[in-house]
Amino acid sequence: MSKYTEDDLREELETKEYEYGFYTDIESETFAKGLNEDVVRAISKKKNEPKWMTDWRLEAFRVWSKMEEPEWANVSYKKPEFQEIAYYSAPKQKPKLNSIDEVDPDLLATFEKLGISLEEQKRLANVAVDIVIDSVSVATTFKKTLGEKGIIFMPISEAIQEHPELVKKYLGTVVPTSDNFYAALNSAVFSDGSFCYIPKGVRCPMELSTYFRINEGGTGQFERTLVVADKGSFVSYLEGCTAPSRDENQLHAAVVELIALDDAEIKYSTVQNWYPGNSEGKGGVYNFVTKRGLCETNAKISWTQVETGSAITWKYPSCILKGNNSVGEFYSIAVTNNYQQADTGTKMIHLGKNTKSTIISKGISAGKSQNSYRGLVQINSRAENARNFSQCDSLLMGNKCGAHTFPYIEVKNKTAQVEHEATTSKIGEEQLFYCNQRGIDTEKAIALIVNGFSKEVLNKLPMEFAVEAQKLLEISLEGSVG
Amino acid sequence: MLKIENLKASVDNKSILKGLNLEVNAGEVHAIMGPNGAGKSTLANIIAGKEEYEVDHGTIELNGEDISELAPEERAHIGVFLSFQYPVEIPGVSVTNFIKTAINENRKAKGLEEMPAKNMLKMIREKSELLEIDRKFLSRSLNEGFSGGEKKRNEIFQMAMLEPKLAILDETDSGLDIDALRIVANGVNKLKSKDNAVIVITHYQRLLDYIVPDFVHVLHDGKIVKTGDASLALELEAKGYDWIKEEMIS
Ligand SMILES: Nc1ncnc2c1ncn2[C@@H]1O[C@H](COP(=O)(O)OP(=O)(O)OP(=O)(O)O)[C@@H](O)[C@H]1O
Ligand SMILES: [Mg+2]
Repeated sequence: MSKYTEDDLREELETKEYEYGFYTDIESETFAKGLNEDVVRAISKKKNEPKWMTDWRLEAFRVWSKMEEPEWANVSYKKPEFQEIAYYSAPKQKPKLNSIDEVDPDLLATFEKLGISLEEQKRLANVAVDIVIDSVSVATTFKKTLGEKGIIFMPISEAIQEHPELVKKYLGTVVPTSDNFYAALNSAVFSDGSFCYIPKGVRCPMELSTYFRINEGGTGQFERTLVVADKGSFVSYLEGCTAPSRDENQLHAAVVELIALDDAEIKYSTVQNWYPGNSEGKGGVYNFVTKRGLCETNAKISWTQVETGSAITWKYPSCILKGNNSVGEFYSIAVTNNYQQADTGTKMIHLGKNTKSTIISKGISAGKSQNSYRGLVQINSRAENARNFSQCDSLLMGNKCGAHTFPYIEVKNKTAQVEHEATTSKIGEEQLFYCNQRGIDTEKAIALIVNGFSKEVLNKLPMEFAVEAQKLLEISLEGSVG
Repeated sequence: MLKIENLKASVDNKSILKGLNLEVNAGEVHAIMGPNGAGKSTLANIIAGKEEYEVDHGTIELNGEDISELAPEERAHIGVFLSFQYPVEIPGVSVTNFIKTAINENRKAKGLEEMPAKNMLKMIREKSELLEIDRKFLSRSLNEGFSGGEKKRNEIFQMAMLEPKLAILDETDSGLDIDALRIVANGVNKLKSKDNAVIVITHYQRLLDYIVPDFVHVLHDGKIVKTGDASLALELEAKGYDWIKEEMIS
């Protein structure tokens, strides 16, 4: 091929197939479709939950029943039919797994296809993996090492049994059940997720990581994650997602709550690669996520995300900077291609004095996709000397995609300093030719330019993730040339 | 090495090259001069394979092979290098990362393994010393915020790293201060050998004081209208282009 026009480029971008587009046939147990109080009770019963938990879910369900789906995001899609979704799906498995041999071999094969064989993960030092497949954790590793430090890292369903006092104390304190439509739904029906507690003054010696994926057709996945960093502790938490190809849209409504007590720090990194739908915009995951962290005095929360998947993304990892001198950070790369739509950003709520927040958002749009940044910086009246710096950069590929920036700034204290910068650029023919002239083909050139554009955020990812994220960016934007 | 015959080329149906002939052999240095808008950069871009230019007629051969259907990166792989008149910025990509990628992509095309980091480092050290480039400079984003002179020096650094067969330097001297000009020109001279060739596009004699050409061509209105030895450049410097235009009419 001697010519490489804008049209070729666009076509190439549009012919990318989903890498993890396979489906493993694991026998699983699924509830009938539909949602009502009985289903909520049944989920709770299935998990052997104590009464307080059942009541909590029921309350959430009642709130949800009265709520409307939000309309304000810059996305358009066919609303999920909530009564057409099965709200519980668990791979059939032995109740307790003492060794890896007990895990369903098909499941293990799936892990291998994903390149996350448990064996390998076990050997890979410093990474404990709690793998969530179809809503139920099937394997937990490194529990012992963590246990010695008093760190709790387990499926939230287990935590409800084993550490009810902790779960009860913190669950729903950052994202109340009534917070929004999807959070309420999640609170009513969440089937599993992770719970993590770092005791006072403990530095978690390894990156905690969870791989999520959706594996049962037509099953909504409602993960619930709760991370509590007690005073003066530190934890880095990694969340990575892949999902098999599906035709019908899959709803995903996760809730993540982070609590950083005085002087604690939580670093939460996500690489999200759910099925984005095919090149005609058919199928794909609907990803409506509520992620929020609370910072007490001198605490710090950093959200870093690389979003390449999902047909619809609706996601605003936020920080409530309640304590004085607390720090919130948001570093994001969002890639959209074909017909993907993403409306993502953050909220930084400054309540305490001398609170500081940083927002770096990198949006990359290709194909016919729409990529929106939506961010709120709110400085409340008591927040003396609050500082915010926001930078939103958009990179466009081709002429059919869109990039949008919706920054909202509310300042109620005169001492605040808020800075916002935004840029939009296009990958130019001149840049591509320059790279080509040096022997770098167009596919590699795009990867190079995109990685350069995203560098400030990629640098924030833990090493293990940075490489994977970089690969993901390439996969998301490239087809095979020629 | 390079053989161009009766090349006619256009962009957006506007004819720019109008029957150009040029032959460059290994070991030679050719200078191309000519008034603004004559088509010098166009010629350089066409040799490098820029797609917006339409080749309407004629042939471009490199070592006996017709390259006019090759993609720009394929031409690079067989040793074509263009030092751009206006190098573009690639934010967030360091000079080091860029050159590393370029070298390894070229090696990949030749079926070679990636260059070991140790060798790469050694090479970078050598070449940056040759061109008196500061180490810190190599970590900066490619061409972003570079001064005019820094951009040009960086182009020659890349040339030094890639060791091309045919290097085309499009106004590499413009933007260079007197010291930088000497350094860059010396660098080019050191890279010269009997196996490679250099085409220097310039407006000024001062570069040719350092890089002494075997041939000097005058490109005017899409054609090479006069060819001479190094003394032709001096004559042009003294007299300008009008006498050549007059010569053409008569
Ligand atoms: N992409 C393009 N689109 C339209 N016109 C072009 C394009 N590229 C070159 N031209 C035109 O072709 C002619 C030759 O341009 P070119 O850049 O090759 O000149 P040059 O000899 O390099 O001039 P200079 O000495 O100023 O660098 C000019 O009239 C220029 O405007
Ligand atoms: Mg020119």
